[in-house]
Amino acid sequence: MRMPMMKQSLCCAAFLATLLASSHGSAQVTADRIQNAAQEPQNWLTYSGEYNGHRFSHLNQINTNNVNNLVPRWVYQTGALGKLETTPLVVDGILYGTGQDDHVFALDARTGRPIWQYQYIYPSDIRPCCGRVNRGVAILGDKIFFGTMDAHLVALDAKTGNLVWDVAAVDYRGGYSFTLAPLAVKNLIIVGISGGEYGIRGFIDAYDPNTGERKWRFYTTPGPGEPGHETWAGDSWKIGGAAAWITGVFDKETNQLFWTTGNPAPSNRKAQREGDNLYSNCLLALDVDTGRLNWFFQYTKHDEHDWDSTQVPVMLDLDGKKVIAHANRNGYFYLIDRTNGKLILAKPFIKTTWSASKDSEGRPVATSDSSPTLNGQMVCPGAAGGTNWMSPSFDPQTRLFYVNAREQCDIFSTAPQENEPGHAYYGSAYFPAADAEPYWGALRAIDPLTGEKQWEFKHVTPSWSGVLSTAGGLVFTGDSEGNFIALEAKSGKPLWHFQMGGSVIAAPMSYALDGKQYVAIGAGSALFTFALP
Amino acid sequence: MNVHRALLLFLFFAPLALSAQESNPFANDPKAVVAGESQFRSNCAFCHGLGARGGGRGPDLTRAQKRHGKTDGDLFRTINDGIPGTAMPQNGTTGQGVGMTDTEIWQVITYIRSVEKKAPAGPAGDPARGDKLFHGSTACFTCHMVQGKGGRLGPDLTYVATARSLDALIESVRFPSKRLATGLIENTKEFPQEYETVSVITADGRQFRGVALNEDNFSVQLMDTQQQIHLFDKSKLKSFEKSRESLMPAYDEQMLPQKDLNDLLAYLFQVSSK
Repeated sequence: MRMPMMKQSLCCAAFLATLLASSHGSAQVTADRIQNAAQEPQNWLTYSGEYNGHRFSHLNQINTNNVNNLVPRWVYQTGALGKLETTPLVVDGILYGTGQDDHVFALDARTGRPIWQYQYIYPSDIRPCCGRVNRGVAILGDKIFFGTMDAHLVALDAKTGNLVWDVAAVDYRGGYSFTLAPLAVKNLIIVGISGGEYGIRGFIDAYDPNTGERKWRFYTTPGPGEPGHETWAGDSWKIGGAAAWITGVFDKETNQLFWTTGNPAPSNRKAQREGDNLYSNCLLALDVDTGRLNWFFQYTKHDEHDWDSTQVPVMLDLDGKKVIAHANRNGYFYLIDRTNGKLILAKPFIKTTWSASKDSEGRPVATSDSSPTLNGQMVCPGAAGGTNWMSPSFDPQTRLFYVNAREQCDIFSTAPQENEPGHAYYGSAYFPAADAEPYWGALRAIDPLTGEKQWEFKHVTPSWSGVLSTAGGLVFTGDSEGNFIALEAKSGKPLWHFQMGGSVIAAPMSYALDGKQYVAIGAGSALFTFALP
Repeated sequence: MNVHRALLLFLFFAPLALSAQESNPFANDPKAVVAGESQFRSNCAFCHGLGARGGGRGPDLTRAQKRHGKTDGDLFRTINDGIPGTAMPQNGTTGQGVGMTDTEIWQVITYIRSVEKKAPAGPAGDPARGDKLFHGSTACFTCHMVQGKGGRLGPDLTYVATARSLDALIESVRFPSKRLATGLIENTKEFPQEYETVSVITADGRQFRGVALNEDNFSVQLMDTQQQIHLFDKSKLKSFEKSRESLMPAYDEQMLPQKDLNDLLAYLFQVSSK
């Protein structure tokens, strides 16, 4: 950090001491601090709270005994339309988040008053898949990092919002964009590309935080001569999708990133891409320094239902086992040995109809009649999946895994088309099946060791909200009807709710300031915070 | 070219450049029909059905008449800008999927033209007699409003005939529970409210039955069969039950002979086309 040159005089030393004592926003966020985020539970330093992906807050001021007194503290209006998907970060009293349309803001976390706001200007012909969304920022050193709708990675000065650097990862006109919150690890900023609805070639990148220089790139569809290339017919790997649009996790012990990938393109049509289509719908174990692939696990081989595996993989240490828990869009809950990528458990957590058997490794295998047809084929789960990108949570106190699940079957149909660069490339059509109504959802608590459901809290319609668990014995989530809800973590009993007036399509987080714990969540076009009176 | 002349030319052409193109550059192009069908399946069939024949969520686009304008330019604007106040979204704003380019929209229009029936088609029936039935012996008006008059328990039917396919309308009359009607649409919510039947017993033992005007995890806004609105906190109710059996009676052939049904539909078409 650049310090003002004031060391000569006593007076100035005293001034400097005062500055440090007030300290809000003045401390450097080192990679060590993020690695040890559990030791400063008043802050939220990375997308999922910690590198393990738990989305668990160690704060317990708000707990099962007093949560019914929770009240709103402040609301920040982004002033934009569309889906607000951000998870804000909080560092020493300052909250950093993103709105729709690549709007970045730094707020006084006590009052919600803006300290700075930055509006990224992107071209009018961007290619977003599913709205102009942004899921948040990363912080490292004295900089804030975010990805843009036109596939740039941008670094801002954390104190002023001034632009430090701006690099294009790829030409957005091919259908590329960034929507995820970057991950700051060691001396790198890691991002995965979005664009699986176009004929893109997916990748995961690492950048130098100081210069924006790209340090490595891992392509999620292997080129000629690379292992896995043979899993694509002809040149289909060049436009095979496999975007990597959700923030991964980091395992310091093995120096590996665990990152997940999305559907192969076109999403519902196997013609032109015969084969397993590696590394679409995979869990990838990448060496963080080099981007080299150590191993992979493919959840859905040759996916024809748009079942991206882009859910945050959650690292657990359970009964001496080092595992990854993953409730997948394809409707199965997976437990994977994270030392070698071997499957331990695969069990449905919603109604599924696409698989009737498992392969020798225990992986569910698709039945032939689950393939989309021209006239349509009903399959469960539907295209939105048994869950989607919404963050799950793991609570080390209850040892339960929480996820918002969706019960909906769809009719999958093909829509034959040729790829044109920068044009939507689905090859597919899907509709909710009328005889499968109503569609509903539930927050489900799963025992990760068995995959068994321990409890559920039913939603009137499926929820797109992430989940936060806390040391106060609570689980927080939102619903599509605009409620923010606190439940007892061990039983699922609702203890408190607040109607925010807009659907929740974001994940909650928690922080503390002046000895007061806050919980924050995006809903509609606003960020809400709550605390005890 | 001098500056003044250039300016004059600009002023002359500017309004043309700003207004949407009115004619389809791909009209009758067989390749565009194929490309347009693919786009249609991906972007439109969710509500308008495979084959563009509509259904319970959207109008039948194979009909020659179009409520929101039938020229190529009208269709382009409808697809690109959406229809405010209806479920028809602006291109690319559904939150799912990427939307279409201008070229792709024109291809979709080419496809729609290729499946469109040439003659204006409505149900063969007597609209005047249908009007009498609606407001008389079938008692539709006790629950449904048309042009600001009638009951409140069921959906307003003023524009239903152009907003749904003929098959969907017939199904709604004969088998109203098969697919419940869509009610309140909230703009940030994925699913609209449906006309589900709700029965509640309050803490003091009063019983109400009606349709849910809206509902969330904790509250329900109900219109009872007397067409009174009740607002309930679910946690304070003794009993709360939802059913997908519609409150609307199923009008079978005995209750409503085919000729009567045709006349009713002809009446609704006439109203809706105004």
